[in-house]
Amino acid sequence: MIRIDKLNVHYGSAHVVRDVSLDIATGESFALVGESGSGKSTVLKALAGQIRDWSGTVDLGDVRLSPGKHPRELIRRVQMVFQDPYGSLHPRRTVDDHLDEPLQIHGLGDRDQRILSMLDAVGLARKFRFRLPHQLSGGQRQRVAIARALMLEPDILLLDEPTSALDVSVQAEILNLLKGLRAERGLTFLLVTHDLPVVSFLCDRLAVLKAGQIQEIAGVEQLRHRNLGSAYGRELVAAAEGVAAEQA
Amino acid sequence: MTLSVLSRDWLLDENPETRLQAKLGQSYRMTRALMRNPLAVLGLVIILALLVVAAFAPWLAPYSPIEGSLSNRLLPPSAEHWMGTDELGRDILSRVIHGSRITLYIVLLVAVLSAPIGLVLGAVAGYFGGWVDRALMGVTDVFLSMPRLILALAFVAALGPGIGNAVIAITITAWPVYARIARAETLTIRNSDFIAAVRMLGGSHWRIVARHILPLCLSSTIIRVTLDMAGIILTAAGLGFIGLGAQPPAPEWGAMISRGRTFILDQWWVATMPGFAIVVVSLGFCLFGDGLRDVLDPRQRSK
Repeated sequence: MIRIDKLNVHYGSAHVVRDVSLDIATGESFALVGESGSGKSTVLKALAGQIRDWSGTVDLGDVRLSPGKHPRELIRRVQMVFQDPYGSLHPRRTVDDHLDEPLQIHGLGDRDQRILSMLDAVGLARKFRFRLPHQLSGGQRQRVAIARALMLEPDILLLDEPTSALDVSVQAEILNLLKGLRAERGLTFLLVTHDLPVVSFLCDRLAVLKAGQIQEIAGVEQLRHRNLGSAYGRELVAAAEGVAAEQA
Repeated sequence: MTLSVLSRDWLLDENPETRLQAKLGQSYRMTRALMRNPLAVLGLVIILALLVVAAFAPWLAPYSPIEGSLSNRLLPPSAEHWMGTDELGRDILSRVIHGSRITLYIVLLVAVLSAPIGLVLGAVAGYFGGWVDRALMGVTDVFLSMPRLILALAFVAALGPGIGNAVIAITITAWPVYARIARAETLTIRNSDFIAAVRMLGGSHWRIVARHILPLCLSSTIIRVTLDMAGIILTAAGLGFIGLGAQPPAPEWGAMISRGRTFILDQWWVATMPGFAIVVVSLGFCLFGDGLRDVLDPRQRSK
């Protein structure tokens, strides 16, 4: 479903993504992990059409991406959930406005019914429909953002650290929601995160990135058994466990 | 049903059932917040009074604003002439009342013309950036760098005196400020995730500017326009004062002060009364603008 071959991204003179190649199957949930600055979000942005200066081949389904262009047929198939639900919702528009927007842009009918069933699907009570973002909690906002991304019924969902801005208790709810939606709708996930427990909960495979290069691609079983192949991968796992031990 | 529809609880319902209820509820909450600020209410009362006076000027004014009798010239304030009479024996109160129409006409026309121009140019410049931004802001800076009254003066001198030309002149000098504000506001939101999200959904640039960026610039522009109203009144009065605005015998407040200047030492009321009207109306717009800022600014409202 997602095939990336030798993706390179330059920010000015900085070479932030180097020869990244990935092959993600339909219905798979794939994670890009690495510390900040490893280029993992940049890969996602290139796929989302948010940066222009990249080279390489990217195929999403049977559509080939080219830099600086985001073909319209892709919009219905690839959507994104942003990291910060406080920044990804327009402060003056209600939940209803947010969910209605994609339907308006693409001229889809039956809008009331679609919005109501989407609210149900993401577990947001219908009474929230006409609230403004500041009247919602962080978890509720992220549900709205997920609902908005799903309004066009895409096949691929790009997730940019979808839980890192949320409280721990809410994180679990959102992760469960994402897992359920993926099973229900047969979505393909590409998740960017530095949170390894999230990867083991939500993903099938992962790629470890360091300084823009893939260190290894591993199955989630390897991560669970702390059996990653690359030295850097093991380092990441050890660091994550160190943090967990400190918190406990 | 009709009763429950317009009740307070219906308006303040946290879980509105329709878009209309949500919108009405929001407006109701804003109105309530505004009403809690006594100074803003005072400003609003002054503005409403100006509107009423302007609307009913012919019925409110005790005498004609144009015709006077020379036997009554330069009478001090009295029970008959509350604000006295001028050098042609015209009742100053009647002239001030009729003058409110001219003031309101100028202020509203300038606001309606300059705010949308500035808003759209600023938002477009800020959103697209690059050469669009440089070109639009270059023009804006040229207009901004010239003193307001002088530029207005030059335009009136070129176009000829009169209220219509005064409005055009003031509009030309007023819009750059709104463009600057809208651009600054746009720059802070153009890279935010909610704009990126609309782009991902396939929203066109036009849609993003019109429906997502402009509404966020609108409140700061409304605030600024309201606060600028005082300045616009003063500029109009200034043009009137130097004889380039409304022409006699039109009862324009600035022109009236100018006529009264000759008698300012012995007949103080001729210049003071219209000056007083200018001060009160300017103050009203300032107070109301301040109150609006407290209500409309989203950063303040969320608290």
